[in-house]
Amino acid sequence: MSVADVRAAVTQAHRHEWARVVASLTKRFGDLDIAEEAAAEAFATAVERWPADGVPPNPGAWLTTTANRKAIDRIRRENKRGDKHREAQLVYDDDPPEPLGAIEDERLRLIFTCCHPALAPHTRVALTLRMVGGLTVPEIARAFLVPETTVAQRITRAKVKIKAARIPYRVPSAEDLPARVSGVLAVLFLVFNEGYLATGPDTDPVRHDLTAEAIRLTRLIRALMPEDGEVAGLLALMLLTEARRTARVSAAGELVTLAEQDRGIWDAALIAEGHRLVRERLAARVAPGRYQILAAIGAVHTSARDVRDTEWSQVVALYDQLVRLDPSPIIGLNRAIAVAELDGPEVALAVVDRLEDKLAGYHAYHVTRADLLRRLGRSQESRAAYDQAIALAGNTAETAYLTRRRDQLG
Amino acid sequence: MQYLVSVIFDQAGLATPEEMAAIDVFNDRLVAEGHWVFAGGLGSPSTATVIDNRGEETMFTDGPFVESKEFLAGFWVMEAADLDVALKLAAEGSKACNRKVEVRPFL
Repeated sequence: MSVADVRAAVTQAHRHEWARVVASLTKRFGDLDIAEEAAAEAFATAVERWPADGVPPNPGAWLTTTANRKAIDRIRRENKRGDKHREAQLVYDDDPPEPLGAIEDERLRLIFTCCHPALAPHTRVALTLRMVGGLTVPEIARAFLVPETTVAQRITRAKVKIKAARIPYRVPSAEDLPARVSGVLAVLFLVFNEGYLATGPDTDPVRHDLTAEAIRLTRLIRALMPEDGEVAGLLALMLLTEARRTARVSAAGELVTLAEQDRGIWDAALIAEGHRLVRERLAARVAPGRYQILAAIGAVHTSARDVRDTEWSQVVALYDQLVRLDPSPIIGLNRAIAVAELDGPEVALAVVDRLEDKLAGYHAYHVTRADLLRRLGRSQESRAAYDQAIALAGNTAETAYLTRRRDQLG
Repeated sequence: MQYLVSVIFDQAGLATPEEMAAIDVFNDRLVAEGHWVFAGGLGSPSTATVIDNRGEETMFTDGPFVESKEFLAGFWVMEAADLDVALKLAAEGSKACNRKVEVRPFL
């Protein structure tokens, strides 16, 4: 086996097994910190040993057993403190791996613990990416443009709180489940969005690593909770958005708007999968939540081979449905963009202008105004709006696009 | 596992009769369901005295150890299996006494 093959096997094992290993160790030792450290050590050992010893026939089992031994070593080292409870657990040393169903359940517990409402939102994101996603602290720090020490501190503090305040390691009861699932989905959506429109002067405008990770974790939740409509909705939404990723930034590094994208390079397989999920939710005949509605909007866009074939009346109708569910100004802004296509830029501008109070600090508000004013031939006002949009935009490709648009104004 | 549920408020003064009645109902439930350890309301921060006897002489200082807009107005000590149970109880306690509360685990 070549070095490259072994490296690929380790990467593959990391993708598929990390969360399982952390979850099963957390369950066994009741301690996220021990689980995380032992899992990391087990993967480091794999990197060391697999090139010489070969990749084991069942990498997951090998990693779990190795991580278990590492955890036990650590606990024995620390056992001067006389932790009777853990000592008792050490008796069951190399017990057989748990049946698959139970392990799936463990991963679900892990996600719910990492996204617990008693943790701050940015902590939930960092903890989920570390414990469930297997990203390293430097990777998370880079993703969210915060110093590594900040990320490390957030994760450490969260682990201490989980232990000291006894945040339970469990899937919430049926009564609490909807609210808690929506908390998990919010974390995953945040990770995806940061990947899809990355902030910062030195990052790629689209961070495929983050979008892919968010999709992978949402797929995992979907596999664990196949009946949940909003989980299916979020997965569909991510797939239909991700499908357009390669068309979204031009060769020159500029953001390409939906209307101007080369639809021929959209990912047909992702679109087909997203459409299947949307149809599945329509067939369920249950009132859809916000992710399902957003996915349906994505489905309308990705059903049009040419932007001129877009069924804007459907898009507006879906936004109307969404506004009833979530009357936030950002939803109102997105609805206005669709209204511009259906009823013209003048009608849309009147809607957008009413949002000024709430959205004056939001770059997309100024982007939308700039575009509508440009289409109405009001160049001077459009230029001013582009200036404000550029000042507020954090994405390099978007800044490049807006700058060119502004400079093209007559 | 025990949790301290602190009642946070920004005005001196007692609970209203309605609040008192709701707190009584809540306390009865805590007792009935085995969560009750202890609870009490506190006098205003201006009635506090800080004592420091680490040195040679006992020092008394009039007033609370920290001046803040919001202060501890009362507390519960509750027995709960884990934080989810404690948070749920604390949420009901907050509703009953009509004030913000903070949950902190005992070590």
